[in-house]
Amino acid sequence: MSDEFKKLRIAILGSGNIGTDLLVKSIRSPHLECTLFIGRNMGSPGMHKANELGVRISDQSIQAIQDDPDCCDIVFDATSAMAHVKHWPILKNLGKYVIDLTPSNVGEMCVPSINLREKSSAMNVNMITCGGQGSVPIAHAISEVHKDIEYIEVVSNISSRSAGPATRLNLDEYIGTTEAAIQKFSGAKQSKVILTLNPANPCVDMQTTVMVKMSSGNLDKITKSINDMVIRVQEYVPGYHLVVDPVFENERLVVMVKVRGLGDYLPRYAGNLDIINCAAIAAAEHYAKTKL
Amino acid sequence: MQKRNYEVLISDPSLRDGNHAVKHQLSEKQIATYASAANAAGIPIVEVGHGNGLGASSLQVGLARLSDRAILEAARKVLTKSKLGIHVIPGFATIKKDLTMAMELGVDVFRIACHCTEADVTERHIGFVREKGKEVYGVLMMSHMARKEVLVEEASKMQAYGAESAIIMDSAGAYLPDDVSERIEALVEGLSIPVGFHGHNNLGMAVANSIAAVNAGATILDGTARGFGAGAGNTQLEVLIAVLDRLGFKTGIDLYKILDAADIAEDEVIEIIPTISSLSIVSGLSGVFSGFATHVRRVAAEYEVDSRDIFFELGRRKIVAGQEDMIIEVATTLSKERAGERKSH
Repeated sequence: MSDEFKKLRIAILGSGNIGTDLLVKSIRSPHLECTLFIGRNMGSPGMHKANELGVRISDQSIQAIQDDPDCCDIVFDATSAMAHVKHWPILKNLGKYVIDLTPSNVGEMCVPSINLREKSSAMNVNMITCGGQGSVPIAHAISEVHKDIEYIEVVSNISSRSAGPATRLNLDEYIGTTEAAIQKFSGAKQSKVILTLNPANPCVDMQTTVMVKMSSGNLDKITKSINDMVIRVQEYVPGYHLVVDPVFENERLVVMVKVRGLGDYLPRYAGNLDIINCAAIAAAEHYAKTKL
Repeated sequence: MQKRNYEVLISDPSLRDGNHAVKHQLSEKQIATYASAANAAGIPIVEVGHGNGLGASSLQVGLARLSDRAILEAARKVLTKSKLGIHVIPGFATIKKDLTMAMELGVDVFRIACHCTEADVTERHIGFVREKGKEVYGVLMMSHMARKEVLVEEASKMQAYGAESAIIMDSAGAYLPDDVSERIEALVEGLSIPVGFHGHNNLGMAVANSIAAVNAGATILDGTARGFGAGAGNTQLEVLIAVLDRLGFKTGIDLYKILDAADIAEDEVIEIIPTISSLSIVSGLSGVFSGFATHVRRVAAEYEVDSRDIFFELGRRKIVAGQEDMIIEVATTLSKERAGERKSH
């Protein structure tokens, strides 16, 4: 049996920064093959990139999948939260396994370092947000040491250049979905999420700070739990690393991580694209392995 | 050329920007007291809230003593003539959690703000307020970080989304009057909506910059009682009113009553009258948001590094408002560098 035969076919819906970076990553995957790259405008940079890579393209949005439902097994939705809400019922009817990269919070939330291996029959997997993929593992690791967390806050900063139009329109959904994920995976009673865009040139790397309201705790155990988690995340996001080790400062526990991207579509500062896309690829490969 | 009889709309964020100076600990009583005095003086818009606006109470920028709801209710009760305003930064505040509540509590003027190059994040928030029929302004913060052409482009987006005025903020107090004139002129030329200016006093220029703004065609100015605000403080409102009066601009504000309001603020609300401290000068020179000062001072002491070095490094990295967590990273880096230097000696 050839390697080609073992691959699951994927369609990528959305030709923006996320979709295009995802395409480049999927090409490296031994388990996935992109059979259709879908946007709305043949002239967009993402479409040019896909064409250059020899991938079949369409500008017919969701209709492209409805017209050719056999083109793929998995659909990655990299459009917007509002659009995903419309896409999901259509894709569900077509029996597609859907990996949602928008902050729609429709499907089952997935953070590969935490719940990838849990058995699930969900056909719609939500990758939360870039800030969620960066912060939830840390929040979860802290909660493994300190069970009763009152309040967690997550602040992410990304480079303006890496935030496309859908990301900008979806700031509120980004916040709501990330807050829900933090609570779900850490058990915290309350969470708050803040996102800032920084236009500095050269572009800033994606950075996420996790702050927990607590004035003391077992710092050794917390540090160990976080370090173990960072290694687990690095298995699928190589550029994920701590920049400020856990420290108690001003009645709060502070941990800071940075994500250097792989530089697949946008340069390496765009760790936000990398972390959510690497997580999505990990989720798709896991699904592929269970199916093949 | 002075523009006599030219009307200037004054918006007073003493109870919002001032909150930065007291680590967001303003009480209901203080809010009611000053808001009443401002209302009596005929200040057209009284802005209240956490220093960073709606939904901003957080470990990142400081937890407020009062909820947004309590702050808005305290002010709403006493504002009979003045409009109630709020500052809203998308990324902190959301429509569902925050704007809807503010709408229900009777806020009149929504000032939707973002970093000066990121106007498209305000589209849905501005649209939401317009749809509900309330007054909405677009605010470009840290405006010294962008060229005038960029400011015009970003403010035009806000205008297209439905903003009824565009304000530029000198959030770091980094401008000199000529910087303000050229930017305001370009905005007045490029937009069809009124243009405003919000000054900070790090380099002692806030009143002069505000006058430069109205002379260049701005028709909205922000100022706070005794300059109550982060670091070196804002444009001192009672001075601004006096100067505008002297120059023949019309604000509709009663001079004696605004002087009284400022005295009341000094007696009842302000802990320490803002002064241009050495660190505030550095904040202005480095072009870093004035609100960082309290955090920088604390972190510098904890990590035993020079607070001025932190400010200049933050400025070099072009850190924007809302990135207060970077202070710790910079302090860690500076402290490691220093340890390294010690070793090599």
